[in-house]
Amino acid sequence: MTVSRFAQGWVLHALLSHWRRHPLQLLMLACGLIAATALWSGVQALNDQARNSYDQAAERFNSLAQTQLISRAGGDFSEQHYIDLRRMGWKVTPLLEGRLELPDSQSLRIIGLDPLTLTLPGVQSSRSLPGNFDLSRFLTPPGQLLVSQSTADSLKHLWENTQVAQLFISAQTGRLPDLQVNPELTDEEVITDIHLAQQLLQQPGKVTRLLLTANPPGPLPEAQQALLRLITAEDEADLTRLTQSFHLNLTALSLLAFVVGLLIVYSCINLAFEQRRPLRRILHSCGVSQRQLLGWLLAELLLLGVLAALPGLITGYLIASLLLPDLAASLRGLYGAQVSGSLTLQPAWWLSGVAMAAGGVLLAAILPLIRLMKPATTQPEDKSKRFPYVCSWLTLTGALLWLIALLLMQAGESLASGFLLLTSLLFGAALLMPACLNGLLKLAERSSRGPVSQWLWADARLQLPGLSLALMALLLALSTSIGVGGMVEGFRKTFSGWLDQRLAAEIYLRADNPQQAEAIEHWLADRDDVEIVLPSRRTEISLQGWPVELRGFKPHATYSDHWPLLSSLPSPWEQVAEQPALLINEQLARNLNLSPGDSIQLPAAEGDKTFIIAAIYSDYGNPKGQLMLSIERMLLHWPDAVAGSYALRVQPRKVDALMQALIEHFSLDTSNLFDQQAVKGYSTQLFERTFAATHALNLFILGVAAIALFSSLLMLSAMRLSQLAPVWACGISRRSLMLYELVKLLTLAMLTALLAIPLGLLLNLCLVKIINVRAFGWELPLYHFPGQWLWLLSLALIAALLAALIPLLRLYFSSPSDLLRSFSHDN
Amino acid sequence: MITKRLYWLVLSCLLLSACNQDESAQGFAGLGTQVDGFAQVSADTRLAFPEDFGKHPEYRIEWWYITANLTDSEGEVIGAQWTLFRQALAPGPEQPGWANQHLWLGHAGITRHNQHYSAETYARGGIGQAGVEMAPFKAWIDDWQLQSTTADLNQLSLSARGDSFSYSLTLSTEADPVLHGDKGFSLKSDTGQASHYFSQPFFTAEGQVQIDEQTYAVTGQAWMDREWSSQPLAADQQGWDWFSMHLDSGDKLMLFRLRHTDGAHYYSGTWISAAGVAQPLSPDQIQMTPGTSHAVAGRHLPIQWQLEIPHLGIEIETQAINPNAWMDTGIPYWEGPIRISGSHSGVGYLEMTGY
Repeated sequence: MTVSRFAQGWVLHALLSHWRRHPLQLLMLACGLIAATALWSGVQALNDQARNSYDQAAERFNSLAQTQLISRAGGDFSEQHYIDLRRMGWKVTPLLEGRLELPDSQSLRIIGLDPLTLTLPGVQSSRSLPGNFDLSRFLTPPGQLLVSQSTADSLKHLWENTQVAQLFISAQTGRLPDLQVNPELTDEEVITDIHLAQQLLQQPGKVTRLLLTANPPGPLPEAQQALLRLITAEDEADLTRLTQSFHLNLTALSLLAFVVGLLIVYSCINLAFEQRRPLRRILHSCGVSQRQLLGWLLAELLLLGVLAALPGLITGYLIASLLLPDLAASLRGLYGAQVSGSLTLQPAWWLSGVAMAAGGVLLAAILPLIRLMKPATTQPEDKSKRFPYVCSWLTLTGALLWLIALLLMQAGESLASGFLLLTSLLFGAALLMPACLNGLLKLAERSSRGPVSQWLWADARLQLPGLSLALMALLLALSTSIGVGGMVEGFRKTFSGWLDQRLAAEIYLRADNPQQAEAIEHWLADRDDVEIVLPSRRTEISLQGWPVELRGFKPHATYSDHWPLLSSLPSPWEQVAEQPALLINEQLARNLNLSPGDSIQLPAAEGDKTFIIAAIYSDYGNPKGQLMLSIERMLLHWPDAVAGSYALRVQPRKVDALMQALIEHFSLDTSNLFDQQAVKGYSTQLFERTFAATHALNLFILGVAAIALFSSLLMLSAMRLSQLAPVWACGISRRSLMLYELVKLLTLAMLTALLAIPLGLLLNLCLVKIINVRAFGWELPLYHFPGQWLWLLSLALIAALLAALIPLLRLYFSSPSDLLRSFSHDN
Repeated sequence: MITKRLYWLVLSCLLLSACNQDESAQGFAGLGTQVDGFAQVSADTRLAFPEDFGKHPEYRIEWWYITANLTDSEGEVIGAQWTLFRQALAPGPEQPGWANQHLWLGHAGITRHNQHYSAETYARGGIGQAGVEMAPFKAWIDDWQLQSTTADLNQLSLSARGDSFSYSLTLSTEADPVLHGDKGFSLKSDTGQASHYFSQPFFTAEGQVQIDEQTYAVTGQAWMDREWSSQPLAADQQGWDWFSMHLDSGDKLMLFRLRHTDGAHYYSGTWISAAGVAQPLSPDQIQMTPGTSHAVAGRHLPIQWQLEIPHLGIEIETQAINPNAWMDTGIPYWEGPIRISGSHSGVGYLEMTGY
C-alpha cells in the first residue's frame, strides 16, 4: 500500500507532533538556530554597511581608485598648479577636502569639487555626482550643500546658532546655502562647490588633490614635479587591505558563533531523531516509503529553518544597530574610512540570512538523518559502544587539522592563511577534546577506590558521548574568550603604556600656515612658562611603491627618555642627532624587512640619500610607514617639508593658562591645539570602540555555549533516569545521586575549561604574533591574565551549574515509582 | 552665426537629468530663454574694432567660432572647427575666483572624408583656466587657444587637442571684419530676438593637423564668427541649419535657417563680395531645400542641400564631405565641411542642430 494517493499532510503532522510533546527541545532548537542566524547576519549587516559606504566613497571620487596628484609636503596646495596643469593639457579636476569642526564636538567632512571638470561626459561618467544634480544652483551663490538627511537635520539645528550660520553664509549673497538631501551620501559628508568649500575650510586658493580624468599628456612639468607627487591607484590600496582585515576579523568571529549555534541545533535534532525511531517504524508500516519520509523530514527541517530565520534576522538587526556606532567610529578613527551611522539593509541580506538558517539546519541534520534512515538494526545501537569508534574518527580528524595548522604556521604568509590556521587549531582542538576527556576520566577511574567512585567516573565516561558536543561548544567559546580577551587586554596594556611614553610633551599644536607658524614660534620664545619648543616637519615620499611619511624632529630628552623603541643600535638618539641616521616604525620595518644597522636610500630633493637605521619604534594604529630624522637634516635634503607642528614642554600646572593664551592670540581651536590628556583620551576612546564589537561578540558566543550546555543536559536528563535507577536500587539515596551528578558535571565543565586555557593561550599567541602582524603590520608583546582565566573558569562552572539545575531537580523530585518504571523498561 | 555653438547654454542641463522643470529651457539648448538683468542687444549699437573681438560679460552668451576648409599636401580635404563659448549663470559684475558666474565651453572637431573626431572641455571663469583678453588678443580654454601674433588681429595662431587629434594653424588676413544684418545687428526671428554678429571670412590658413598619430601639412581658408546676445532665439525655435561658404570666385556667402516648431522657418544670410562688401539677405530672398537624408547617431539629417538666391543668380547644391561628421559632445550636433557645385563652386562648412 502506498500513501501517495492520500493527502500526505498527516505525515508532516505526525512528525511535528514530536515537537508538541517535547516543547523544551523545540525551544532549544529555536534558540540555537536564532543565535546562529542572529550573530552571523548581525555581523554581515555591519560589514555590508561599511562596505557600501566605502564603495560609495570610492565611486564618488575617490582617493581609492583614482590616479591623482597630491602635495609632496602633505596638506593643501595652491590652486595655481591646477590652472597651470590644465593650461598644459592635463585633464585634472580639483578637490578640496577637510574637516569642519562645529560646536558640541560635531564635525563635517567637507568635499569641495568643480563639477565642470569632474564630470566631462565620456571621460568620467556622471556616477561621480549624485543623480538629482542641478549645476546652475550648485555653482551660483549662495550655493548648495549635498548632504544626507540626518546631516541636513543637524545642520538646520546648528544654523540656529548665528556664529555657526556665519561660517556658511555666502559672501556674495549674504544667504545660507541650500541643503540638497541625497540618500547616497554618508553622514557628516558634505559635497559642495569648491568656492564654498574654500570659504568653509578657510582655505582660499587651496586644493587638496587633483584627480586625473584622462591619461597625462606627458611627464609632470618641472615646476610641479618639485611640489606635487603623482600617485596611482595601487598606492592607496593599503587602506582597502586594512579595512578588509578588520571585516575578516569580525566575519571569523561571527562564523564561530554560527558554528557554536549549529552545535546546539545538531544536538537537538540528533536527540529528536533518536527519539523518533519508533515513529519511523510506525510510519513505515503505514506505507510511507523511505524516500517519502526523507522528503517530509527535509520539509520539516526547512520549515523550522525558515521560521527561525525571521526572529534570528531581527535579533541580528538589533545586534548590528547596537554595534554600528562603535564600529563606524573605530573605522573612521583607525583608517579615516567613512561609514554611515544609520543601518540600511539590502534585500540580499534578508535572503542570505534565511539561506544561512535553512542551510545551517540541513547541515546540522545530515548525520542524524543518515542515522535515522539507515535500515534499523534489531537491537538499538548502544551509544557508549559506538563512542570509541566515533571518538577515534574525531581524534584522527582533529589530529589532521592540527597538522594543517602546524604546516600553515610554517608556510603561510597571507592574512587568510592566518585565519585558516586559527580555524584548524580551534576545531582540531574541539575534535580532540572528547578523546582527551575520555582519557582523563579513565585515569581517574583507575586511580579511584571503592565501587561508588569507580561507578562515578565510569558513568561520567558513559555520559561523555551525549555531552561532548556541548562541551566542544564550551571549549570553543572559552578558548576564544581567553585568546581574544588576552589579545585585547594585552593590546590595551601595551597601548596605554605606549601612549604614556609617546605623548611625553604637555601640549601639541599645529599652525594653519607658515606665517602663523612663524608668529607662534616668536610668541612662544618670549614666554617663560614654556620650557622648550620642539618643532617638527613632515613630508611624504614613496619607498618601493609604498607611501611613507617622513618626519623631522628636534633631538631632545623628551624623545630619547620616553620614545618606545623595539630594537636599536647602541645610543640611537645620539646617532640620529649627529649622523645621517634615522628611526623607522615597525610597520615599515616589517614591510621592507629592515633591521637596525641596515642602510636605506631615500629620494631627496637633490637625488637619493643613504641613511643608517638606528632604531625601530612601535607605532600602533598608524596604517602607514613612517621615518623619523633630525629636523636639521630634513631641511638639508627636503627643504619643502611642511613646518607648523609643535610639541611644547610646560610645567603641568601652567598648561591651562598657556593653552588659553594660545587660543586667544592665534584663534587656534580643538582641531589644532591639544593637551596631552585630550590626545590620550581620544586615543583610548578610539581603542575601546575598536574592540567593543569584539567584546560583544565574545560575550554572545559564551552565552550561546551556555545554552548549548543547558540544552544537552536537559535532553540527557530524560535518559539518565534509566541509568541511575540501578544505582538507586543499590541503595544510593536520590540526594547523593544528585550530588554525584553535580560533581560529575562540574568536573567535566572544569576539565573542559582547563583544556580551554592552553588552547586560548595558543590562540592568543597566533593573534598577536601572526594575525595582527599580517592585518595591521605590528606585533604585540604576549601578556598573560590569570585573573581573566579564573573568571572564565568560574563562569564555565556557573553555566554548568545553572544548566544542570533543572535536570537535577527533576531527578531529585522523581518518585521511586518513576525510577522503578525506568528500571523495568530498561530490562 | 548665432545659433550655433550655443549649445552650451544647455550646460545647465548637461550634467543632469534633473534640470529644473520650473525653469525649463526654451528653444534649442535653452537659447530661447529670457533672463532678466543682462544687457540687451540693440539696433543702435555700433560695433567697434578690435574691441568687439573681446568679451562682453554684460551679455548672457557669446562665442568665438572658427571653421577652416583645408587640404593636405596630397590635395585631400580636411575640415577643422574650433569654438569657445561663454555663458553667464547670473547677471552682475564678474565675481572673483571660483565664485565667478561665467562658464566656458570649448568644442573642437576635425574631419576627413572617412574620419571625424570631436572634443570638448569646460571651465569656470575667474580662475584663469579659460577666458578672453585683449591687447594682445587671446582666447583660451585649457591648452586650446586662439591668439593674435600681431597687434591688429590680422594674424592669429589657433590650436586645439582631442584624444585622437590635434591641430595648430596660422590664420592671416588683410581684410576688415564683415558685419551681418543691420550693421552687425542680426535678427533671429519675427518677434525681435537678435544678436550682435560679425565675421572675418577672409582668413587664409596654414599649419599642421595630427590625426591618429598621422601628421598632415595643410593650407586653406578659414572663417571666424563673433556673436553675442542675451536671448538670441525665439522660444519656439528648435534648431538650425547654418552655412558658411567660400566660393571659388572669392565671394563669401553666409546663410541660415532657424526652424520653428510650426514649420514657418526664419531665413537670413549675407552675401559678401570678394572685395568685402556685405549685402544682407532678407528672409524672402532665400530658398533652402534639404535633400538626401542620412542616418547618423540614430537621427536623420539632410546631408545634401539645394540653396537658391534668385536675385543674385545663385543656384547651388552642397554635399557633405563626410556624412558622419557628428559632434558627440554634451549637446550633440552635426558639423562638417561641404563641397559646393552648381551656378557657383567652392567649399564651406555646415552646421545642423536640433535633429
